[in-house]
Amino acid sequence: MKHLAFAAGLLGASAAFAETPELTVYTYDSFVSDWGPGPAVEKAFEEVCGCDLKLVGAGDGAALLARVKLEGERSDADVVLGLDTNLTAAAKETGLFAEHSVSADFALPVDWNDATFVPYDWGYFAFVHNADAAAPADFKALAASDMKIVIQDPRSSTPGLGLLLWVKAAYGDEAPEIWKGLSDNVVTVTKGWSEAYGMFLEGEADMVLSYTTSPAYHLIAEEDGSKAAAAFDEGHYMQVEVAGKLANSDQPELADQFLAFMVSDAFQSIIPTTNWMYPAVTPEGGLPEGFETLIAPEKSLLLSETEAAEVRDAALGEWLDALSQ
Amino acid sequence: MVAALILGTLGAVALRAEAGTGFGASDWAALRFTLTQAGLSALLSVGLAIPAARALARRRFTGRSLLIALLGAPFILPVIVAILGLLAVFGRAGWLSSLLGMFGLEPVQIYGLHGVVLAHVFFNLPLATRLILQGWQEIPAERFRLAAQLDAGPLAMWRLLEGPMLRRGAPGALAVVFAICLSSFAVALTLGGGPKATTIELAIYQAFRFDFDLGRAALLSGLQLLLTGAAALVALRVSAGEGFGAGLDRAVRRWDGQSALARSLDGFWIVLSAAFLLLPLAAIVLAGLPGILSLKASVWQAAGNSILVAALSTVILLGLALPMAAAAAAGRAGLTELSGILGLAASPLVIGTGLFILIYPIADPFALALPVTALVNAVMALPFAMRILVPRAREVLGRYGRLSLSLDMQGWAFVRRVYLPRMRAQTGFAAGLAAALSMGDLGVVALFADPDFATLPLQIYRLMGAYRMEAAAGAALLLLLLSMGAFWILDRGGRWHAEA
Amino acid sequence: MLRLENCRIMNGDYAVEADLEIAAGACVAVIGPSGAGKSTLVEAVAGFLPVTRGRILWNGADLTSQPPGKRPVAMLFQDGNLFPHLTVAQNVALGLHANLRLSEAEWSQVGAALERVGLGGMGTRKPAALSGGQQSRVALARVLVQGRDILLLDEPFAALGPALKAEMLDLVSDLARESGATVLMVSHDPNDARRIADQVVLVAEGRAHPPQATAELLDNPPPALQAYLGTA
Repeated sequence: MKHLAFAAGLLGASAAFAETPELTVYTYDSFVSDWGPGPAVEKAFEEVCGCDLKLVGAGDGAALLARVKLEGERSDADVVLGLDTNLTAAAKETGLFAEHSVSADFALPVDWNDATFVPYDWGYFAFVHNADAAAPADFKALAASDMKIVIQDPRSSTPGLGLLLWVKAAYGDEAPEIWKGLSDNVVTVTKGWSEAYGMFLEGEADMVLSYTTSPAYHLIAEEDGSKAAAAFDEGHYMQVEVAGKLANSDQPELADQFLAFMVSDAFQSIIPTTNWMYPAVTPEGGLPEGFETLIAPEKSLLLSETEAAEVRDAALGEWLDALSQ
Repeated sequence: MVAALILGTLGAVALRAEAGTGFGASDWAALRFTLTQAGLSALLSVGLAIPAARALARRRFTGRSLLIALLGAPFILPVIVAILGLLAVFGRAGWLSSLLGMFGLEPVQIYGLHGVVLAHVFFNLPLATRLILQGWQEIPAERFRLAAQLDAGPLAMWRLLEGPMLRRGAPGALAVVFAICLSSFAVALTLGGGPKATTIELAIYQAFRFDFDLGRAALLSGLQLLLTGAAALVALRVSAGEGFGAGLDRAVRRWDGQSALARSLDGFWIVLSAAFLLLPLAAIVLAGLPGILSLKASVWQAAGNSILVAALSTVILLGLALPMAAAAAAGRAGLTELSGILGLAASPLVIGTGLFILIYPIADPFALALPVTALVNAVMALPFAMRILVPRAREVLGRYGRLSLSLDMQGWAFVRRVYLPRMRAQTGFAAGLAAALSMGDLGVVALFADPDFATLPLQIYRLMGAYRMEAAAGAALLLLLLSMGAFWILDRGGRWHAEA
Repeated sequence: MLRLENCRIMNGDYAVEADLEIAAGACVAVIGPSGAGKSTLVEAVAGFLPVTRGRILWNGADLTSQPPGKRPVAMLFQDGNLFPHLTVAQNVALGLHANLRLSEAEWSQVGAALERVGLGGMGTRKPAALSGGQQSRVALARVLVQGRDILLLDEPFAALGPALKAEMLDLVSDLARESGATVLMVSHDPNDARRIADQVVLVAEGRAHPPQATAELLDNPPPALQAYLGTA
């Protein structure tokens, strides 16, 4: 059986050589799923590139980076799409990524100057709750309330890490007290976003850590306006998702073409209702109907990749201390 | 072979390690918590399984065989589905809390060590019950007859038959459940209510994802293997006593336990364990019903893939387990059983990564997605298969080995004419369990995920990740039905005593 | 008196009918072709097989619906009469209290029974350490302490050599005479019957015939028995 599959793999590889050039993009799993942007992106890019776009899903953002590290210079990947600013510093450290030449009119609430990575979407972390319930206006009010929240573990989940840095960015040295205050509101901590969100929908908690754009899914896809995100006065921490090209790519021109395509209308207009994030460049037709109902934080928080890397371990220690009591 | 797979992958991860960090205070805390929860879960699962298995062994009632088949269900559910099912019953907003609320009582406080243990008992009680029930079924009908003739009461039955049987079987069951709980992560964290419920497996995840410290991951994974190995060794040492000898396949009839007290006690245990088992399953079924009819084609395709993986994995498992069981029965027991049980504690993450490191230089991991997934699933199911097959193999060899030698029936002829037919029931049970396990396992799929070869569990996670909770619940129900179906068919195919 | 009143006994898909009486204290051999239902008959008396019609009575008391352990019956099977994980003495003691809680006096009763069957001082051994004949003696010692009115033997000595088997049969005969027990002994060997049985119940073609004097029956066998004995 092994031999068969191995032979099939070889055959498949040699067949691909003979035909159109192939661009391999590693991304996180939910990007390539039927419900993510993957299928539409593949179709749109293949219409213009005269190539075969192969999207490969590998777990989530952190698993994606681990995968690229494991494969090293021999990787088949040409482009890696789906890292965020918590991972870019470590990604650059590998020396596997090349600089890009993309420029665009980014609609990010923060300035973006990164020679290696190009952003394709972004969002704000937020607590999502049922619209008919009153929500606290900041972390202190949440800690003082008896509202129950479900959060994700920063050690195994991207939003979990986002919340860790959110509290750190907003409160700095005061973060441990904030976490102590929150500890009796935390129903439990989950491995990933899906567990937490599922528990919230089942009524296990009043609020769940997710994104300000989450209510847009319920509103647009399910015509259900019952979910809302709580606006916090401290500001909201951002997640910026980026892509970069690998230095050892055997298709460097195609990779450049893909990165340029990524910030074009064709790609950006797919993002809002498949990845449920804000597009990095606002498409010509604007945002889909429904996005205007979302809260717009007055203050955007984002630690630079170096700051994030510096405070991460200490912040995790504080979090563990406060919640392990 | 199995040891090579597990230790080899671990070695591969260790060799790729960069400068590792040592063992810190938080690791010791994780170790303590892991041992505590795994120990408690194992004791409770097996402790409760004994009366439940006894009740099932001596009662006949409508729906009994369905209940026994359902015993396989919790074990094969994707963790996330099982957690949501459990919380639908025991959570803050669950049925139990709502019921208590109607009487003005506080909701159930499920999060904490007791929640972790409850969830692990939900997962493992059914498995332990099946393993121990099998022990009961291996007592030949002749022994029950003799005991009945001697007017053995409950205490005497215990002393004569049940005690010795449990002394042989229970330590193994304990070791298996302990090993499973040792590598728990998502369940422990979620039901444990926060980071104080950090297990070694979570620490491995952290090393991989948060720190990308392969050395630490390998170190922690090695520790996990060491603990499981120790548990398995203790189990092998403690488990003692001779078998009951072979019977002549008379249909088992029971004359004991006819008193009203015994009947109502058995009824109590059956109802209790069935309720504990079936309520969360019912929650999963109810949640899945609205979604299952509108599943998209890709989910059905994933279901097809899962069936393929399960079939292949079952074949591999039987290919590994039947010879291993014979070897273990023929005397090389310790080592064979030990290597079998190690598969339980090997972190899927480490095995997957190790395999990836090993395979990547020589072949395309995507092309190997199917065989690798099937192989790893088979290895994961091996410990259960061994627990099921070895005692019977020992009996078959002991009873018929010399007779066959005298008939000059050796090698393949013995395997085909004696070994396999006599092992039929156990083979069916083991194959059913392997198929069901493989169907529900996400295992190493993540790293080897061929974009076009999604399995059903992976598709469930994808649906959830895309907010499609209803469709995910529908797909979970489909998975449940498929796994149960596979288990039912294979297990039935091997049924003996016409009543197990 | 053991009475099988118009009985029909089901064993899987075949049935044995019996309507007969056996006198108290008699020693009766049950013989007949293989598969005719000899074991079925004694298992019904022991309570292991259901009687679908008729009654089984002992001295007028209806046993039909009593569980096996409550009947005035002790039984030895073809094999598996001893528990391998218990000592010889414990295996015998089971006959007094299956939960093995015995008084001083009862333990000495166990010792005496072992003495009686010629196994004095072997009480602490495990069955595996004994020869086949000795294992049979242990089982007989248990029957002795059980002190039941009826003793059923389902060829327990079939695996022993002729001399040893004869020895065991004599021991059974002596013990039964001492205690006054009624013995029902399944056998496929007419010599066993001649050795200790006063009467024989012939089981053939789904019927258990009323007992007849051993010598009389064996010397002038009816056709069914002739076929079996090979004397036709």
